[in-house]
Amino acid sequence: MTETIATNGTPLLEVRNVSKYFGNVVALKDISVGVGAGQVTCVLGDNGAGKSTFIKILSGVYQHDEGELLVDGEETKFSSPREAKERGIATVFQDLATVPLMSIWRNFFLGSEPTKNLGPVRWIDVKQAQSTMVGELRKMGIDVRDPDQPVGTLSGGERQAVAIARAVYFGAKVLILDEPTSALGVKQSGVVLRYVAQARDRGLGVIFITHNPHHAYPVGDRFVVLNRGRLLGDWKKGEISRDELIKMMSGGAELDALEHELGRSLDQPAGS
Amino acid sequence: MTPQDSTSTGSVPTTTTPAADVPPPAPEPLADERLAHISATARLMRRPEIGALLAAIVVAIFFWTQNSLFLKLDGIANWTDVASTIGIPAVVVALLMIGGEFDLSAGVMTGSAGLMMGILATEVNMNIWLAIVLTLIAASAVGFMNGYMVMRTKLPSFIVTLATFFILQGVNLGVTKAITQQVSVSGIDTAAGYSSANKIFGGSFWSPHDFRITVLWWIAITIVATWVLARTRVGNWIFGVGGDANAARNVGVPVQRVKIGLFMTTSFVCALTGIMIALRLASTQAGQGVGDEFQFIIAAVVGGCVLTGGFGSAIGASLGALIIGMAFIGIQFSGWNTDWRFLFLGVILLVAVLVNNYIRKRAEGARR
Repeated sequence: MTETIATNGTPLLEVRNVSKYFGNVVALKDISVGVGAGQVTCVLGDNGAGKSTFIKILSGVYQHDEGELLVDGEETKFSSPREAKERGIATVFQDLATVPLMSIWRNFFLGSEPTKNLGPVRWIDVKQAQSTMVGELRKMGIDVRDPDQPVGTLSGGERQAVAIARAVYFGAKVLILDEPTSALGVKQSGVVLRYVAQARDRGLGVIFITHNPHHAYPVGDRFVVLNRGRLLGDWKKGEISRDELIKMMSGGAELDALEHELGRSLDQPAGS
Repeated sequence: MTPQDSTSTGSVPTTTTPAADVPPPAPEPLADERLAHISATARLMRRPEIGALLAAIVVAIFFWTQNSLFLKLDGIANWTDVASTIGIPAVVVALLMIGGEFDLSAGVMTGSAGLMMGILATEVNMNIWLAIVLTLIAASAVGFMNGYMVMRTKLPSFIVTLATFFILQGVNLGVTKAITQQVSVSGIDTAAGYSSANKIFGGSFWSPHDFRITVLWWIAITIVATWVLARTRVGNWIFGVGGDANAARNVGVPVQRVKIGLFMTTSFVCALTGIMIALRLASTQAGQGVGDEFQFIIAAVVGGCVLTGGFGSAIGASLGALIIGMAFIGIQFSGWNTDWRFLFLGVILLVAVLVNNYIRKRAEGARR
């Protein structure tokens, strides 16, 4: 499956036959996934499929027990999330991305504030921070009139956008998005998918983790389905239809059985 | 608003432009019509200290109508004196609260510091300056312990510092009694270096009115804290760790260092306040400062600090302290029984919290 990516040059980030165990629990077994520049790889799976363990290996929170992790084709083991970030791998977590009570510009630069100094006295270059933030969000198609607006007053989609724009600005090459649309309404999800496409068009590799095939299908170049810690399948766009993807994701046969079961109970007369 | 209106607002286009096919020339986004309505008032209302400012004006006018001396220079010198020794600790307590933590040992720390300095100066015959330095180092160590315990155990700082509060209170009484056979330390003014130290920490200025030098310290600390909060990286981190410690950690903010630093700053500044009080009075009671922590917290909350962290201001805490100072002296000036001041404190706290809550909701609601 690595050769499918080889056509796009070396993958920015790749795992080969990675496994992760917690005691005697097999959390992930033999997973191989990669993402190249300007590509979106969607990782799908239901609850308990191993998606979050997978993200944590990619973002440096966990270390894998077997297999290889490659950045730009070079084998690596991240010892911390900070190290992953330094290698250009940015993870945007669903709820942990921004501080609601802080203004947009303060959030954007939190932890990496641009400073000016006079001798030993250093302070934040607020003007530059604000104009940079407004410019970066404008590139994503968001017009921020008031940089001092608290992030908590933004919509869920815009908050994700701030986190994505921040990751892109601070030099991310690979963007890992953890369920960015799961808490959003239909329209807001569309907004976030547009940001994903924009990040892709700017040359980033995007790993988009979701349990919603409807969100994955329009934006993905490659679809990887996990089930109970194992790789259920790996398709390029065009190799699989949306309906097949939905079926794979929800465990195919199980869904049929459920449909059958529910259908029968509905057929029964209400009075009995 | 009619139901039709609400559905039409619901379908207003999102803030983004339609997806552009060619990214390089960045799409010029449509101006968001919803943002156009932020008025200068809403912008002002978003400041955490606005409620405290209005309350301070109302309280000042109220006591002025009771006794016109209240707003004369002599009167002002009176209530700024009281306000300053509440305001100096209240500012750092506010920083700590913005950082998402509490320090219930802040009040008793002022007593501990005065006692330690006094004992070192009178019983050990140490130079007062050396005693001050040692006291401040000891206070920082207590602050470090507070912060370290909170970080390591992940217990609420409320509990950890409550324990520190009682430990310090016990030590204050026990050690003072054991060494001086009394419940107080007196005669600090006989120590070497007292007059110079008192000039800087305990004296007064502007001679006929006798403003306390602590007022200058108070103003200076408020300005520094405001600048740190608004314009420095550390300030940004304080808001971050208080607002959402996990999010802050994810973007690389050293959460543990920031919080422990805040605890140390709080203890340090509270000790400095205790030293100022002890120098001025030239003596300290073993029970000094017990219960004052609530005044500091009230000042911070009146000034717009949120109990859950991430929001507040240093100027607000100073205004809160100003209100408390005005109330304490105003009640005397009005010729009422001073016992009423605690009732006043309670009412002010309740009103302030309600008003701040209302203002914050409106300021945020006006911009949705």
